[in-house]
Amino acid sequence: MISSILAIDPMLDKGLLWTPLIIVLVKVVLVFVVGLVATMLMVWFERKVIAGMQNRVGPNKAGPWGLLQTLADGIKLFFKEDLLPERSDKFVFKLAPYMVLVPAFLTFAIIPLGGDFRDGKGGLVTLFGHQTRLQLADPPIGVLFALAISSIAIYGIMLAGWSSGSKYPLLGSVRASAQMVSYEASLGLSLGAVLLVSGTLSTAGIVDAQSSIGRWNLVATGFVPFFIFLVSATAELNRPPFDLVEAEQELVGGFNTEYSSIRFALFYLAEFMNTITMSALIVTLFFGGPQPISVGSVTLDIPLIPNAIEGTVWLILKVLVFLYMYVWFRATLPRFRYDQLMDLGWKIMIPASLGWFMLLAAQRVGREAGWDQIVVTLVTALVLIAGYALLQLAVHVSRANREKNGASF
Amino acid sequence: MELVVFVLAAAMVMSGALGVVIRPNPVHAAMSLILTLFGIAVLFVVHNAHFLAAVQVIVYAGAIVVLFLFVIMLLGVDRAEDMSIEPITGQRSLAVIVGGGVSAIVIAAVISSRTAIGALGKGVDATTGESPDANIRQLARAIFKDNVFAFELTSVLLLVAVIGTVLMARKSKTVGTGE
Repeated sequence: MISSILAIDPMLDKGLLWTPLIIVLVKVVLVFVVGLVATMLMVWFERKVIAGMQNRVGPNKAGPWGLLQTLADGIKLFFKEDLLPERSDKFVFKLAPYMVLVPAFLTFAIIPLGGDFRDGKGGLVTLFGHQTRLQLADPPIGVLFALAISSIAIYGIMLAGWSSGSKYPLLGSVRASAQMVSYEASLGLSLGAVLLVSGTLSTAGIVDAQSSIGRWNLVATGFVPFFIFLVSATAELNRPPFDLVEAEQELVGGFNTEYSSIRFALFYLAEFMNTITMSALIVTLFFGGPQPISVGSVTLDIPLIPNAIEGTVWLILKVLVFLYMYVWFRATLPRFRYDQLMDLGWKIMIPASLGWFMLLAAQRVGREAGWDQIVVTLVTALVLIAGYALLQLAVHVSRANREKNGASF
Repeated sequence: MELVVFVLAAAMVMSGALGVVIRPNPVHAAMSLILTLFGIAVLFVVHNAHFLAAVQVIVYAGAIVVLFLFVIMLLGVDRAEDMSIEPITGQRSLAVIVGGGVSAIVIAAVISSRTAIGALGKGVDATTGESPDANIRQLARAIFKDNVFAFELTSVLLLVAVIGTVLMARKSKTVGTGE
């Protein structure tokens, strides 16, 4: 009976292959649990580090060093009253938290979480006689999947603000969508530089190409795309200094003002989950992911641990650097003003990433055609400077025109 | 398996499309549109057009519908409309006749040219892909090498449309006085 049903698909004709199925199921559960536990620890980490920076103690009551604080907060939120505002759109209001949470987990699926990338093994490990990667999925579109998911994540925030049926959440969500759409452009363009250098979309392939510090995409793409990606990612995450979405002084609490109880907890969870995923993505794209740090042919090897697990250790260490940096941003940087945010996004980030992409592309074409690299770089730089001057002129003229018409901005 | 996925995706596309037309609230209609676009992305994946599926989600579901929602929210037209009022008399019945006629023509065209459609579908072959990126390589070769002139012309056309829209939408005082 079962075999006749399975025979619909020729792939399953000869009975199910149980081992790969079980491996995939275990991976799904593992990635989900790791994501949740990492988020829990991230909330604790952020509170503790900020407390340290502000000369406070921070959470220290629940569990050793306050480690279980997040769990306690979660349980508390579960038992709080679940309010449904009278003027809200009931269905969308209930749906929105899940539309934020699901994309947060989905991006985690394409990040290589470990594996042995040394000696041309390409990150493959053998589990129960099956060659597999320590990552949930390796779709042919690779990092484009992350871009697609990050553009989907906007809906949750947008609809949460709209469905609340209240002014401030709506303002927060309109701000959020404008900000996220603007910075997505520079995020994608700086990603283009990475794809140009590594020549593949697959995340495992991108990691595989970065075998030593000199070949890390950070160096290979010439630093600028990394900084653009970092700033755009911070804006995309709505984290300080770009947290205009929840600017308490202006918007009460932002898009999630009307949310309470477990629905609020889901937004909170998704926000921290996104921070971890984005840090892991930065590490994957620019810092060699699970590859050990090596200069030239000298590799820093952690003794006693097999190479496949060592990848995971390196990934965690590298991700922790970025998580600390995000917390540091939050503790030290004041919030951007809204027009400054938009100016930065449209007038600096997008032209800069586009220009740098053109420079890298010109150098590649020049290398293939055998032109002099210095001449190619100089000519491209001149073209870019001329283009930027034109852009500045256009901005200047338009501002002068507006001022003539009596506008004050 | 392919049949099951096709039926599910087609159901997604159709229910989304119906939702766009039937839902009285513009925001709900826009959400139905997202469902339709996702269904189409799934159909692309079934046919091994992974890159098109990704672009479908990034551009249409991720940017264009966001823009729709943005405009709906910003203009404050996000209230449910009364569907029983007919703005122009006879509009509904006329719409049914025209819609039925157009779909009849499309179906007739598809049926009569079944063999031609089968012969045309050999532009990008995903099954011979030597690597996961083969799909994108073939697509890039088609767009940026074989048809680069048409591609660039299309982008110029889009640019002209954008600049034209900005010029027309802008009601500057200086334009009126001929300054």
